[in-house]
Order: sequence, then C-alpha cells, then structure tokens
Amino acid sequence: MITIKKKKTGPGLKDAVEKICGAAVGVCFQCKKCSSGCPVANLAKSRPSEMMRQLHLGAGNELLESDLVWACASCETCSTRCPMGIDVAGVIDALRRLALERGAPKLAGNVPLFNRAFLRTVQMFGRTYEIGMVAAYKLGTGKWMNDTEKFPTMLRKGKISLLPPRGGDRKTVGRIFKQSKQNQGPQA
Amino acid sequence: MRYAYFPGCSAESTARDMHQSTLAVARALGIDLVEPKGWTCCGATAGHQTDHFLAVSLPAANMAKVQDLNLDMVVSCAACFNRMKVANHEIAAHAATRKQVSQALERDYDGSVKVRHFLEVLLDDVGLKVISRAVKHSLNGLKVACYYGCLLVRPPKILKFDDPENPMSLDRLVKAIGGQSLDWPCKVECCGGGLSLSRTDVVVQLTDSILDMAGRAGADCIAVSCPMCQVNLDLRQQDINQQTGKNHRMPIVYITQLVGLCLGLRPDELGFRRLMVPASTVLERVAAN
Repeated sequence: MITIKKKKTGPGLKDAVEKICGAAVGVCFQCKKCSSGCPVANLAKSRPSEMMRQLHLGAGNELLESDLVWACASCETCSTRCPMGIDVAGVIDALRRLALERGAPKLAGNVPLFNRAFLRTVQMFGRTYEIGMVAAYKLGTGKWMNDTEKFPTMLRKGKISLLPPRGGDRKTVGRIFKQSKQNQGPQA
Repeated sequence: MRYAYFPGCSAESTARDMHQSTLAVARALGIDLVEPKGWTCCGATAGHQTDHFLAVSLPAANMAKVQDLNLDMVVSCAACFNRMKVANHEIAAHAATRKQVSQALERDYDGSVKVRHFLEVLLDDVGLKVISRAVKHSLNGLKVACYYGCLLVRPPKILKFDDPENPMSLDRLVKAIGGQSLDWPCKVECCGGGLSLSRTDVVVQLTDSILDMAGRAGADCIAVSCPMCQVNLDLRQQDINQQTGKNHRMPIVYITQLVGLCLGLRPDELGFRRLMVPASTVLERVAAN
C-alpha cells in the first residue's frame, strides 16, 4: 500500500515534474514493471512505481527526500519497459533537478556531492580529471581511506593519471557551464 | 573507411585499454580514425542527473566539431555514445533546446551528426565476413558471456542499437572469431554505472550478482563495450571477495581486445596488462592455436 504523508511540504510536484521532462505521470496504471526491473528497488526504501503514484496523488517536496532519487543508477530499464511509454528515468532526473534547486534537506547519500566534484573538473579542464575529482569528493565525504588501497595498482596500470587532462576546448565548456548557471536562476 | 573518433575522458584514464584496443583494431582493419581537436567531456551521468541543458550542450560541443570534419562520429565508450545520441535527439526535436545550445556554443548545431558505436562499424561497415577472413587466431571455443549493460541499448527508441532485451551484436562478433557466446540472463542488467564511488555498496551488490550468473553459465570471461561496466565488474571483484568470502576471478575484457588478439595483435598493444583481474586464461586459449 502507498501512503501519502498528511504533512505535505508545499504544493504537489506533478506539474513541475511533467513540465521538466515531458512525461505524463497520470497514465501510469501501476503494472509495476518499472519496479520489478529496477536494479536498486530492493536496496532503496521506495520503488519507482510507488513514486509515480505518489506524484499522481499530489506528493510535494517530501518526495525529494526519497532515497530512490539518488540511488537510481539511471539504467533506464524502467523507461524502456513501461507499457505506457512513460520516461520514468526522466521523471527521476526531474526530481533530482528539483531536489537540487529546492535544496531538499536530505540529499540522500553522496551522489550529488560526487556529481558536483565530477562536473567541477570538467568545468576546469574541459575533461574529467579523476584524481582531482576523487580528492574533491573525498574532501566532501570525509572518508579518505575508501578505495585508496587500489590507487598504486591503478597508477601502475595507467588506469588513472596524476596530471590533469590537456587539449580540451575549455572556452566552449566554460560558456556552457556559465549559461547552465544562468538558466538555473539566482538560487542555484 | 574514415571516421571522426571521439575517445571520451575514460580513454585517458580508466579505459586506456579500451582506447588502445580500439585504435589497434581499427589500424589492423584499415579503418581511419581522426580525433577531433579540442574534444571535451560529454557530461556523462553526472551531467544529466544535474541539469538537462548541460546534458545536451556538453555532447553538442563535440558533435559541432565533428560536423566541421564532415565525417560520421565513432565512439567506443557506451556512455559517451549514449549521451551523444540523446543530445542529438533533443536538439533535433526541440527548437528551443537547439537555440539555447547554439547560444552557448556560439554557433548553430542542428543535431544531425551521425553517431555510431565502434561495434556498429565492425558489424555493419567492415562486416563479419571480412573480420572472419582477417583473423589469424581463433578464440578456440572460449566461453564468453557478452555483457551489454545499459547505455549501449537504452533508451532503444533513440539509440536504435540492437534488441534492448536480448542484444546479439557482441555475441555475433564473438562467434565470428571462434568464441562460444553464452546464453545468459544478465546481458542488459545494470552494474551500477556511475555510482561506483558514491554508492559503492550498490555497485558491489549488482556486480556480484552479474559475476555469479556469468560464473554459473560457465563463462571463461565477460566481454564488455562500456568503460563503466568494465571498471565496476573488474575493479570491484576484490571488494566483493573481501566482503562475501567469494572467490570471483572473472576476466572482464573489452570486445576490441578479443577481436585484436584474433587479428594477431600483441596483448600489450591491446592494453591487456591494464586489467585488474588478469586475463591469462583468455590469452592462453588464443595462443594455443
């Protein structure tokens, strides 16, 4: 059974989500194909089909705290199998964007932090710089030791580089990031 | 055969083996790959999880460069391939998106550059006949679990790569070079992709079940075509074994490495030493004939 919290935070998100991703959430008839194919549904507290119905029933900002929003691996199995053609993964992307824009109080896990660290190096160098990204990410999580035992081997095998990448067109990438920031308005 | 080749960021780090083996196979088969100058990151998963505009503009910046070369774009990384094709779709379908992107790029881009995965070049342009004539060695019945993951096949309406539930592209290639491609149920399961560092727990669980299934199907190795799949399945075996007491030792090789071996290229030209789990069983099998 799906329960919608009585204490809603703000107006329902359905319209905002549909506007961002163009999906028609209302046509979902709860066949649950998305949830049965979802690789992380068993590892998260909520399932995609539940979120679809919650959205339809008027869930507000509390939905942005759902752990599935950031546990979703963007595998798009849900969108591929939905018999109603709903882009469920697009809905999750829209929820992520709203969570970031509205500063959802609990951005479950470290995914937003990782994404920021990743994109920061792209903005700086035009391409991903793994060591810089991992350092920025670890600085944020405070978990310095995770995976460090693999670094020497990866360096030796050339799976990571010490030096940042060169040769990328940083000018164009700079303009793209600048416009992205402008699009998001002053609160971003 | 001449193409603009987009290496992608991982070609300079975690997927040097993919990059090396793609270039080596292309050379051996007479495919001319030209790297567009100043190529930049496609934004990957972090891009589309953050902002739709970034997710479309970052790939578009590269496709605009390729448009100037008047060539098709070839991508070896499934993630970049996916982002490029989705961006093209968005730009071609929405005039407002095209306008916004063009402003940032300071030039118009219409979403028309043809984007191909290197596998498509091997299968459709070179063709299996030519490849099977060019091979000097056979995989000698090597049991290969072909793993496609997510980004090569989904979303199918846009990528139009292969059957999204039971793709056969990798399997056909493996058979053409003398391997035995296995019928197994995890071809398009997700490995956790970009969650490798941020939700390692998720990646460990997902890759563990994929590795289990490949093992039970009798695989000698798993063949992949995506750097994220490769890293997650290869690098995380150590963590899985530590956490579960299992003993996964499954080589995770790029399809281009297998094709390269059969074309008579040396393992070091194909980046075999870079694999975390050594592919000695694969190398021995090919050397045996």
